[in-house]
Parts: sequence; structure tokens; C-alpha cells
Amino acid sequence: MRWGAVIIGAGVAGLGLATSAGAATTITVATVNNPDMVTMQKMTDEFTKAHPDVKVNYVTLPENELRQKITTDIASGGGQYDVITVSNYETPIWAKNGWLKPMDNLPDDYQVDDLLPTVRQGLSYDGTLYALPFYAESSMTYYRKDLFKKAGIEMPDRPTWDQMKAFAQKLHDPSNGVYGICLRGLPGWGQNMAFFDTMVNSYGGRWFDMEWKPQLTSEAWHKAASDYKMLMNKYGPPGVTSNGFTESETLFANGQCGMWVDSTVAAGYVSDPDNSKVADSVGFAQAPYQTTKNGANWLYSWALAVPKSAPHSDAAQAFVDWATSKQYIQSVAEKKDWLAVPPGTRQSTYDSEGYQQAAPFSSLVRTAISSADPENPTADPVPYTGIQFISIPQFQAIGTRVGQIMAGVLAGQTSVDQGLNQAQQFTARLMKQSGYDK
Amino acid sequence: MNAQRSNIGLAVVGWLVALIMFFPILWMVLTAFKTEQTAFSTTPEFLFSPTLESFRTALAQGAGYWHYAFNSFFTAMVSTLLGLALAVPAAFAMAFYPSKRTDFTLVWMVSTKFIPAVGVLIPIFLIYKSLGLIDNDWGLIMLFTAMNLPIMVWMVYSYFRDVPKDIVEAADIDGASTMQTMFRVILPLALPGLASTGLLALILAWNESFWSLTMTDHNAATLAVFIASFKSAEGLFWAKMSAASVLTVTPIVVLGWFAQRQMVRGLTFGAVK
Repeated sequence: MRWGAVIIGAGVAGLGLATSAGAATTITVATVNNPDMVTMQKMTDEFTKAHPDVKVNYVTLPENELRQKITTDIASGGGQYDVITVSNYETPIWAKNGWLKPMDNLPDDYQVDDLLPTVRQGLSYDGTLYALPFYAESSMTYYRKDLFKKAGIEMPDRPTWDQMKAFAQKLHDPSNGVYGICLRGLPGWGQNMAFFDTMVNSYGGRWFDMEWKPQLTSEAWHKAASDYKMLMNKYGPPGVTSNGFTESETLFANGQCGMWVDSTVAAGYVSDPDNSKVADSVGFAQAPYQTTKNGANWLYSWALAVPKSAPHSDAAQAFVDWATSKQYIQSVAEKKDWLAVPPGTRQSTYDSEGYQQAAPFSSLVRTAISSADPENPTADPVPYTGIQFISIPQFQAIGTRVGQIMAGVLAGQTSVDQGLNQAQQFTARLMKQSGYDK
Repeated sequence: MNAQRSNIGLAVVGWLVALIMFFPILWMVLTAFKTEQTAFSTTPEFLFSPTLESFRTALAQGAGYWHYAFNSFFTAMVSTLLGLALAVPAAFAMAFYPSKRTDFTLVWMVSTKFIPAVGVLIPIFLIYKSLGLIDNDWGLIMLFTAMNLPIMVWMVYSYFRDVPKDIVEAADIDGASTMQTMFRVILPLALPGLASTGLLALILAWNESFWSLTMTDHNAATLAVFIASFKSAEGLFWAKMSAASVLTVTPIVVLGWFAQRQMVRGLTFGAVK
């Protein structure tokens, strides 16, 4: 019993110490664990040096938990977070709900016009910016120059899916550990569906017509799904339904893929000889398309926003300005190196000589990001914005379910027809319940 | 001869099952000493040059390992002591002075464990928000205590039931008050049982992740939150996460080792009479 008292006493004392240290303003930043965010945490000293009265606490969570916690907090007016990490998927939705503080009073030296236009557009609602981009990506094609040379083929600047099929066939050599093409197969709206949506778009497909009627059994969807399945079953690595971004990246870096279509963010990793066995033979091209270039490459960004419920919104705003500024990028380049700067946000990054030298793929990435237009994601008109997602709250559920169905199609559990029918029915039912489809 | 052979067979099966159950833990420990690249390698590697890099990164993650370890230790310890302080008198009353409703009360208490935690998340979140208990050690302690209390009462109750009633009667006749009977007579007899109850509650609170993840951010964040922060959709994190997991389970495993004898005695207490 006496021990218990001692322990409680020690605990209370510890708690007292922990709370009394926070006399200055303490802001809580909710974020995800990715390499760029880790760099940001390490750079925080620079911010606190300029703002000695502000202390920064980070809450790092897996993506889905983060989204769920922030939603609970904002919807109940909890005020737990001063700065939140949001993507271009939820920013317009949450801005519409009135949850985010508009970013309209930015200081002049922030140079808001320096932000890449498509990225800025993706984080705006009704013409107002609601989150500042920390990092952005599109998708592109990676390929092995040495294998292409050996096979006597050449990668165009922007291949079509028909060309990709022919290349995959020539490169496929599983007995030597090389698969023709690697693509994401792991189910999830941000995993296989991010990729597959761009493929559907480029085949001329769309999720909904202008009356919000699902179009998942259309010929374009059918063709895209059949080609996706054929590519993965014939020329893909085994167990493709467990391959997400990281798994595919590792396969490519290990020299096991002839081609790979995925996020532009991997370019630095696969060109770095410390991580990649194919660093000196990797080639880059734009993402493949089929009948249209609209929506053939995605646009994703992680951005920082200040919720309206933030208890310390001034300090929070100062932090967001700092972390997404030109100066921040400059100091990461100085302290670490140019390859460590968060890519995809500012034109000045791509104009800088240092970055162009360190990242020979930079102009390709810039083209990819600038050509990804979430306002015109498909060949036919659609009532929604977003390329590899649709900016409506229901899309998370739809994307998750259709992602599972597509994984079933790849694994051969269901046929393309059956799968697309199921996806169509699920989507139609959910949209009806949500009151879209009258 | 036959009996001996089947004994050997049983031993082999026993070892196999133990190995299969232990393998994930062994793999986690091995992975913690690998580089991220070897950890992710498609051909599993058993022989590699170990590195402490992941531990170094893990110790510095977020607010640092010790911040989370302190919260885990503090909340688990205090909630266990609080739980025992409530469970012992309750179980004592039910075991030695049962009423018509005792059986029903016991079943009802355990039945509260049938509700999935997520089912009561929103009301509790809202109440905690108005009381300012979110991201607060004491808020977490209350949750852990309430979460473990039914099991603790039930366990202590069954240990008390194994104490012969005659002893209570004898104490009564000798003029001991109820308090004296409980503290002087019954508690020493049931001590191994109390120890294993406490240890179980401690482990459950230490391992709890649902409430820790939803109700805390920084100040009261426990090791469960610490581990969760390593998951990422981008980049490699297996080695770092393994290192974090090793750091998280080690204290409780060591504690379990020390308490093993007590625990086994407690679990079989009364069964061999």
C-alpha cells in the first residue's frame, strides 16, 4: 500500500512538472509519418528560434486514423489541434463545411503566386485558398533504360497503354527475376484506386455522368479493367494484390520491374544508389494514356491547414506560413540537400539551379503536376472535381469498396464483368442513400 | 514403450506450437536490428550485421520514447491500484455476504464488457471534451479503471470464494470487525490471487490502444500512440516500428518474468484443493 502512495506521489509530481513547462503558447500539429514530415519535425528549431514564445507539439498518426481523429475533433468543436495535415481530397469538402480558416491574409513575402497553379487550385474552394501545400505529387512512368536497349525498344515521352502492353511483353522475363510491369494492386482508395482511376480516365471513362448516375459498366471501364487485369496476370509480379506504393517501389529499386507507373515522389529514391540497384539505368516518362490525356496522371498533395476551432490560430498560421515557405525549402536544401526538399509545391523550387542539378527528373515532374487538372479530369463532362478521387465525402466508402472489388478481379476471384457490375450496384446504392441520385 | 513414444511425439508438437507462436516475436526483435532495406527484403534474411540505428530513431520519435513510456507506466499503474481498491471491497461483499442479487450483479458487470468500445466512443468523447479530460492522464486512468474493473471484481471474487467461510466466521467470533476481517484475515490469504489480478490489469492497461489513440494527442499519449506514429503509406518503416515495439513490450515482459511465479500460484490458487 505504501508503495502505491509513493508511486502515485511520484506520478502527480511528474504531471505537475510536465504541465508547468508549457508557459508559452503551445501549438499542436497533427501530421502523418512520411519522410518529408519527418524532415519538418527536425527543422522545427528554425521556427521556434524565430518565434521563441511558441512551442510545437507533434501528433503523428497513420493516415486513416488521422483523418478520423481530425474529423471527430472538428465536428465536435474539440479544439485539440492548431495545425492539421490535410490532402487535396478533403480540403474542398471541409472548406465547404466551414471547418477551415481561409488563407486569405498571407504576408507578401509568402509569394502565393509562386505556388504551382494546379496544386493551388486543388486546395481552394470557391476561389479561396484553404490550405497551404507542403508537398505535391503526380504520377509518371519509370522504366529500365538498360532493359529497353537490350530489347531494342524505345520509350516515347508519353506512351499509350497499347505501347505499354507491347513493352511489357518484350521485357517480361520472370526466370531472370524481371517482371514486365509493376502496378499497384493493394486495395484502398488511395492505393490501387488512385492508379486505376487514372487508367479509367485515360480510357475515356468517368465515375458519374452529369446526373450523378454511375458509369462503371461502360465500355471504357470495361476496357481499362480488362487491360489492368491482363497486364498484372501476364506480365506482373506475383501477389500483386499486396503491392501498394512502397512494395512496388522496393520491387523496382531491386531491379525486378521493367516498367512501373506510380507517384512522382519515388524519383529521388530510385535514383539514389544507396537505396536502388538500378539508380544509373532508370528512365522517366509521362504517365501512359489511351484515348485521352485528361486525368491520365493524378494530383495529390499534403497541405497544412488551420481549423476554425484552433485555440491558437495566430501561432498556428505563423507555423503554416513558415513550413510551406520558400525560405523553408531553401533552408532544407542548405541543411540537408536539394533532394530532401518537399517537392511539387513551388515554381521557384523547379527554377532553382541546385534542384535541377540534383534532380534531373524535375522538369518531367513539373510537367506532370502542371498538366494534372482536377477541374477537367475526364474526356466527357462530369459534375465533380478530382482526378484519382471525387471531391465528395462519400468517395472514401465508394473507393474503398471498389478497390476491394478490383483486387478480387486481379486475383481471379471475380470476372471483370461481375466485378464492374458489383461496383456499379454498390455505387448506385450508396449515391441513392446519400440523396445524389434522385 | 508406446507411452514413451507418444510422450516424445507430444513434446515435439509442444515445441513446434511454441516455436510457431514465438516466431513473430522473434522476427520482430530481429527486424528491429536490421536496416530498413534488409527489413523490407523479399528474401527473408536471418544473418545480417545488426545496427542500432532504428532504436536511435525510435527513441527520438515525436516527444521521445520516455515521454510515452512515462504515460503508459503512470496510467497503467494508477488505474491498476485504483481498480484493486474498488474491486477488493466489492468482491469481498459479494463473496462473503451474498444477497439475492449477487449473481445477477456479477453477470451484469461482466456483460458491460460485451459492448464494443467504439459503440460508446462518441458519448464518452463528448463528455470528456466538456470536462477537459481529453489528452489528460487522469481521463485515461478513469477509462482504464472502468475498463478493467469487471474482470478484476470477477477474478478477486473467485479467489475469495476459495477461502473457506469458516475462517470468516472464526474471525467474527473472535470479535474482528468486517474491516479487520478483510484486511487482516482474507487479504493475506488471497494475496497471490490479488497479485495476479493486478498484473493482468496492468498488462491490459499497458496494451490498451483504442482509447489511448482516440483520447490522447500529446500530453497523455501512451506507447500505443508512439507505435502508431511509425505507420506510413510512404517510405520504409518496418525496422523502426519493430524497434519501437521492442521498446514497448520489453518493460511489461520483464515485469511478467519477475511475476511469473506469483502469477502461476495465483491462477491455480484453490484449484488443487
